[in-house]
Order: sequence, then structure tokens, then C-alpha cells
Amino acid sequence: MKFAIIRFGGSNCDLDVHHILNDVLGVPTDLIWYKDSIEGYDGVVIPGGFSYGDYLRAGSIAASTQIMESVKQLADDGKPVIGICNGFQILVESGLLPGALCTNVYPKFCCKWVDLRVENNDTAFTSRFEKGEVVRMPIAHKEGNFFADDAALSDLNSHQRVVFRYVDSGGDVVPAANPNGSVENIAGIVNESGNVLGMMPHPERASESILGSDDGLKVFESMVGYVLQG
Amino acid sequence: MKYRAEITTQLKEGMLDPEGDTIQRALMHLGYDVSGVHTAKKLLIELEADSADDATKMLDEMCQKLLANPVIHNYSIKIQ
Repeated sequence: MKFAIIRFGGSNCDLDVHHILNDVLGVPTDLIWYKDSIEGYDGVVIPGGFSYGDYLRAGSIAASTQIMESVKQLADDGKPVIGICNGFQILVESGLLPGALCTNVYPKFCCKWVDLRVENNDTAFTSRFEKGEVVRMPIAHKEGNFFADDAALSDLNSHQRVVFRYVDSGGDVVPAANPNGSVENIAGIVNESGNVLGMMPHPERASESILGSDDGLKVFESMVGYVLQG
Repeated sequence: MKYRAEITTQLKEGMLDPEGDTIQRALMHLGYDVSGVHTAKKLLIELEADSADDATKMLDEMCQKLLANPVIHNYSIKIQ
């Protein structure tokens, strides 16, 4: 098993994810420049950052690169693909996930710890969580305000495709726990098959207890388990 | 032929526009009675095309593929 982390100009969470996968979990993981190939890899991470300076719209330029066609192919083959923060923005811009990530309601870069509720533990990235479990991870973004029109939203809800919601420490979905104005406090969603996840919080920054939380490690452990299961 | 075009992308009606809202509040603090501010992005594009129609067709494709996000934006194309 080997994973690929795709690097675009301006990606900056690539080494953090690499450390967690390669050093903490011991999965051989390569950093792949976007002009190179991801053929033969068992899973892909599109890390956070500010690809292409967030020019035009966050994630839009990276979404138009050739490698995203390979990512689509890999996702169609059932392999796990996760986009974190800017990676989530790239996944919605490339059409792999529905909706859009707009400017935060309070239009400022927001960097803090948040509580999340696991809404669906039957995906490639959440099998190690309990359903309804409340976990802590940090967010760091200015364009994380998830928007989907009514039809898309109802599709996401009726097929359990909302994976994480921002909640208070008691696990309740309340406006005060919503850091960016996302519709229905949505923090992460999956595709129909559950093998493509986009999320604004950073699991890689919460994957070792020295970082203040290791809740995020379960995301990557689930990803590894999903591949091992075949 | 060389054409110059002006592409404007704007959030669809009803979409939250925090930047516009913030500018509106700032204008009101200055004493102006402004009932709405909406932000838009303007791109000035130079391109080669056989005709104005061809240019418009290409620009429309560019908007669909990259320049606008159809989930949240309306866009307009003006050929100069």
C-alpha cells in the first residue's frame, strides 16, 4: 500500500500529512508534484494551503489542472481521496463533490479549535469513529462557508453524505458553534460512494496527543483500514 | 481578429456577500444611506477569434470551466 499527497504551487500542509501517514502510521507516502503521475497509488490526499494564491476563487486554479482528471479516475476506481481545507475547496471546484465554499460570514481568516460531530461512520475515512462521537480538530481558513442549494442539500442529507458538523462541546448543532456560516453547520461531506471526503478542519493537525488532540488520526487510520479491506 | 472582452462574475441573488455587507455598513457609518452593496469581479480578457460570435462562445466556455462557479455565480460577457 502506498499513498500520494498532491502538491500544487502554494500547498503548505503537505509535509504535516506526510509526517502523519509516513512516520506516525508507517504507510509509505510520496509527495507528488501536480505535473507528475499518481498512477499505482492506493489513495490520495489533497492537502491544505493556498494553491495559486487563492486567485480567482480558492481552489479553482488547482481544480483545472490535468492531475485532477487522474484523481477523478482514481476515485471512480473506488480508491480513497481526501481533500483537507484547500483540498476540500479543490474537490468542490473540480466537481468531485457538490456545493461551494464561500467567504466566511465574518469575512476574516479564522484559526481555532472546533468540536465536530461524526454524522456518518460508514465511509472510507470514518470507520474508526463512533457515530455521534464529538471530536476536536482545528480549522484555519477564510473560505470555509459551505453552501449547497436546496436540492443538493437534500440529496446530501437523505444519503447520509454529511460526515462532520460543527457542534458545541455537548454535541449539539447550534449557531454559536458554526465558525464560518456553513449551511446546517456542515464541516465535511463525502461523494455518493463514500470514498471521496472533503473537510475544512485539519485532521493532520490533531493526530498526535502532543498537538492537543489525536482525534484526527482516526481519519487516516480509517483510510488505511479501507484500503486493507480491499 | 483580436477581441477585448469584459467578463463580470457576481454572486447569485440571495447568496450571502459578506464583503458587500461589510462595505455597506462602513458606508452607513460614514453617514450614507446605502440600502445594498454587492461585490463583483471583472476580468478584462484579450483573445484571438474568427468572429465576435466565436469569441463569445470561447469566453462562455471559459466561464463554465474556470472563471465562474455555476453553483454560486452568474456571469456576463461583453465584447468590446
